[in-house]
Amino acid sequence: MNHDARITVAGVSVFFPLYHGNSRSLKKTVMAAASGRLGQDRQSRVVVQALRDISFSLGSGDRLGLIGGNGAGKTTLLRTIAGIYEPVMGRVRVQGSLNALLDTSLGMNIECTGRENIMMRGLYGGLSRPELHRLEEDVAEFAGLGDFIDLPMRTYSSGMQVRLGFAMATAIRPQILLMDEWFLAGDADFLERARKRLEDMVRGAEILVLSTHQTFVVQEWCTRALWLDQGRIREDGAPGDVLASYLGHPLQPKEAVAI
Amino acid sequence: MNQAMQASMNTLARASVLDLEGDLSLAAGHRLALRDLTDGLRLWHLACTLAWLDIRLRYRGSILGPFWLTLSTAIMVGSLGVLYATLFHMDVHDYLPFLALSQVLWAFLATMVSEACTCFTQAEGMIRAVRMPLFLHAVRLLVRNVLVLAHNVAVIVAVYIYFEVWPGWHAFLALPGFAVWGVDALAVCLLLGAFCARFRDIVPIIGSVMMIAFFLTPVIWQPEQLGRNAVMLKYNPFYALLEIVRAPLLGHVPPAETWLAAVLYSIVLCGASWALFVRARGRVAFWL
Repeated sequence: MNHDARITVAGVSVFFPLYHGNSRSLKKTVMAAASGRLGQDRQSRVVVQALRDISFSLGSGDRLGLIGGNGAGKTTLLRTIAGIYEPVMGRVRVQGSLNALLDTSLGMNIECTGRENIMMRGLYGGLSRPELHRLEEDVAEFAGLGDFIDLPMRTYSSGMQVRLGFAMATAIRPQILLMDEWFLAGDADFLERARKRLEDMVRGAEILVLSTHQTFVVQEWCTRALWLDQGRIREDGAPGDVLASYLGHPLQPKEAVAI
Repeated sequence: MNQAMQASMNTLARASVLDLEGDLSLAAGHRLALRDLTDGLRLWHLACTLAWLDIRLRYRGSILGPFWLTLSTAIMVGSLGVLYATLFHMDVHDYLPFLALSQVLWAFLATMVSEACTCFTQAEGMIRAVRMPLFLHAVRLLVRNVLVLAHNVAVIVAVYIYFEVWPGWHAFLALPGFAVWGVDALAVCLLLGAFCARFRDIVPIIGSVMMIAFFLTPVIWQPEQLGRNAVMLKYNPFYALLEIVRAPLLGHVPPAETWLAAVLYSIVLCGASWALFVRARGRVAFWL
């Protein structure tokens, strides 16, 4: 844990095979093979080139904001750094403890009680027993669920579910924090406390990679921006410059437009 | 650790180094697959917790809890035992202990195979949210089914006590058999789990195959009833595997030939499973 955190992404491409209809079926595949069409099928298999030849590296202190339209590859890039998707080409090297806030429902089972879900989340993180206990206290306190913590999650209101999910996701403190934009959304009442906790976590992390549509977040939190377009890096540089070309006009000071 | 605790009120994530490359060489593929296995085993505590939660959730809110399993097995064995003993003109005192044992063991094998198909697809949310060894899901499935088996053992014990059957010390010979089952079960999970994640129409096929296997394997009938055709049984992998556990628990020593067949079938299974897993491991997340 004494090592500095580091992310190196070199020439990474990720292709998604598009399986739909026929190619999902073993029968159709075998029939195609039997009639000598498999080779052709292989070649003409529809793939989505989610990331194409992406290279960058981040060291301790870097805060990278990923911007780009829907389907530009932002979430895929986060998942690739998190090691969920393995690159088809190129190399990803991530050194340091990592926490990816991609999905609050991670490991949450609505049939389980809140306490059981917290315990599972801790076990995913490989925590020891005293650490698990601390995690439980921390999450229970922040989520403020009271006695609901021992009831199955399906009895929770949607607000309570979000609070628990957020509290769990932000309770484990990493060197490298990957964050998807929806994490910044939330209802106003909770948002104030959530924002503080998230900011503490962001400040505590050595490296932040954030995917967002909201330019003011990039301006406020990031030291570098990466504009992704159809899986390629369109521009890489200081947030002000990249945002200016992304938006097509120079940034006004304190511009806070949600795109 | 103390320093870390002081430094932060929050829990610290585990340090790690992740190094992934595209265009893997075969050797690198094997190495990553092996690491998946060892990492998965290291998380056995999580696998056991998940398995136990699976069972508790299935029976949450019912008075008997997981003992519903025991009760339903008991009713089935009792009614089938009397029915088949009448149909096959057999003595209930010989037949019922045999059936109770066979039925419980077969239920384990059949459930293991059919649930192996959804090994990865069921854990889709988890696989897509965090990097986790895929082997963990196989271990979870095995543990879950062992827990179910443990509940059903009560039925066997009750029947044995009632009919005063005592397998003797030979029963311990079932232990190596169970070890082979454990390895095979994990291999089946990786094999069918990956295969069914890619090809979604396999699940019902496996269901049919297991149904046919149930009738072709001496589960409810005894091998002796085949007469001279019993030699054909050695081509049935389920028979060899069932027999290495069942025979000792009935007080017999399984013949070396049966053991040899069971080990050979297991080696083929593990080989196929490994070959597929090495290729599919990095792709499963894309298939879900």
